[in-house]
Amino acid sequence: MKLEFEIVSGDFSMAGKASSQIKKKLKQLQVDPKVIKRIVVAIYEAEVNVVAHSVGGKMVAEIDGNGINVEVKDAGPGIADITKAMQKGFSTASKAVRNMGFGAGMGLPNIKKNTDEFNIESEVGIGTTLTFRNNF
Amino acid sequence: MKNVEKYHAIKVDKQKCMGCTHCMKACPTEAIRIRGGVAKINADRCVDCGNCLRACPVDAFYVEHDSLEQLNKYKYRVVLFPSVLIGQFPEIYSEGKIYEALLKLGFTHIFEVEQPIGLLINEIKQEVEKATHKPMISSFCPAIVRLIQSRYPSLVDNIVPVKAPHDLAACHAIELLSKEGVKREEIGTFYVSPCSAKMAAVKRPLGEEVSAVDGLIKMSDLYNHIMRVIDKSEKTDTAPLRKNLTLDGILWSLPRGEARHFKRNSMAVDGIHNVVKILERMENDEVPVLDFLELKSCHQGCAGGILLTGNRFLTVERLQKRSKRYPHASSIDISAVSCLGIKDKMKADAIEPRYVFALDTDRLKALEKMRKVDRILCQLPGIDCGSCGAPNCHALAEDMVQGKAKMTDCIFLQNRYLNETKITIEKATKNLEKAWGKNRFDADCNKKGGRNEGF
Repeated sequence: MKLEFEIVSGDFSMAGKASSQIKKKLKQLQVDPKVIKRIVVAIYEAEVNVVAHSVGGKMVAEIDGNGINVEVKDAGPGIADITKAMQKGFSTASKAVRNMGFGAGMGLPNIKKNTDEFNIESEVGIGTTLTFRNNF
Repeated sequence: MKNVEKYHAIKVDKQKCMGCTHCMKACPTEAIRIRGGVAKINADRCVDCGNCLRACPVDAFYVEHDSLEQLNKYKYRVVLFPSVLIGQFPEIYSEGKIYEALLKLGFTHIFEVEQPIGLLINEIKQEVEKATHKPMISSFCPAIVRLIQSRYPSLVDNIVPVKAPHDLAACHAIELLSKEGVKREEIGTFYVSPCSAKMAAVKRPLGEEVSAVDGLIKMSDLYNHIMRVIDKSEKTDTAPLRKNLTLDGILWSLPRGEARHFKRNSMAVDGIHNVVKILERMENDEVPVLDFLELKSCHQGCAGGILLTGNRFLTVERLQKRSKRYPHASSIDISAVSCLGIKDKMKADAIEPRYVFALDTDRLKALEKMRKVDRILCQLPGIDCGSCGAPNCHALAEDMVQGKAKMTDCIFLQNRYLNETKITIEKATKNLEKAWGKNRFDADCNKKGGRNEGF
């Protein structure tokens, strides 16, 4: 089962749409609530990342019988230093974004913490692709 | 919970039901379908909130209850009622007059259920203090507890495992009478319910094995009985019967009545559709760190209960005024009057999740059904008209994959199939009758429904 979501840059009011839709599906599949929570948190963080930092992107979630694969791909600007971005508390978020309660530098580490497989690739000027998987 | 029976307080009167879509659209768990021209409630999904009752233009829903004649069976007749009952009456009827009327109706003991509230407050505070899952959610409203069990199973551990005031009050009353040497079988305890959810909870207790309540009386019924016998003047002093009543007890069932004991570390939400939105967020960890969450299915809490007769805002107003004449729970030593047993009786058993919204218990089958729902949705118009007898297109698609409905149940698809001469007119008519009953679409000037129902 494939679910696709466009994520618009700067539209914070829509962040959370993908995670709640996916949550609904996982509940219908009777996935363990604890697992659902991890997935929802990871997806929500990923959505916020694209809204807050990128020029926009797309999320594709693929649910199979044993788990969920998520790919979040944005069209830039890309992350210069991935190691730094993965550190808790490191953030390049603008003041405006921070004022909205985002940009605490917990996004990527939190996604990693809540997923079973996690991969991030990024190129400055091209964009970032995040892939992760959670097993049911 | 052991041996959960699917008891529900709400039933459909097939004679009265005219087959419209009001209830189906109002149901927060999509538990209602129209079949053969009448509403059918799915017992697995129903949480007894009573929104269908509220939405019905022809009063076709009713709740099973006991009549006052049941009183004759017992030597001692205890009436247990929540404070909102007092709020139903205009101010000219003092609480003393209402108490007197209850005695006249044949009750020997009168017990406002919020009397042992001091014990409950302490117990809830202790539970919240030791809780690892926060915020803890109130277990006061049975409709909300059921909603969480079925739709938000990940949150069942957040429900405070304490009993409902009515059961505590019943235990309390029984023990007080036993102390006077009265046998249990001589005592009849009658609970006056403000809503269908509490009625169902008494018959099918949540987190309790058996309820201590013997009979159920609709609050609207009792209101009528009281109005028939109530006096203009007060003859006896019934105040001693309220000596354990407190400000906190009177406010308990109103918005923030529970939450106020947790000050700013709490939040109160009323109205089941509002509650759904908060629970969705809570599941995603999007609710701030709070100690206590008070969730009530009806707007204005129990003052908005569906079996009440008065206006909910006037009820709140009267109760708030009334509460000011009573002391705080902390200033009353309830231990002097309460029995030893009540403390052990406070704890409720664990509340288990009920996965009623899963498409299948087998995940692969569920996934296949989900794909099928998606494919069906491509065909459906997305108007959510309800003409198929399901509340919206998505619900119809789900019914289809569960084998409970067909593509031709959709009137728009039917039209397409007719145009493509895939089905006959006769077949199409039969399909409509399946949902709406025979002759439902004949011209009839005396037909119920469709006339200014919105206003």
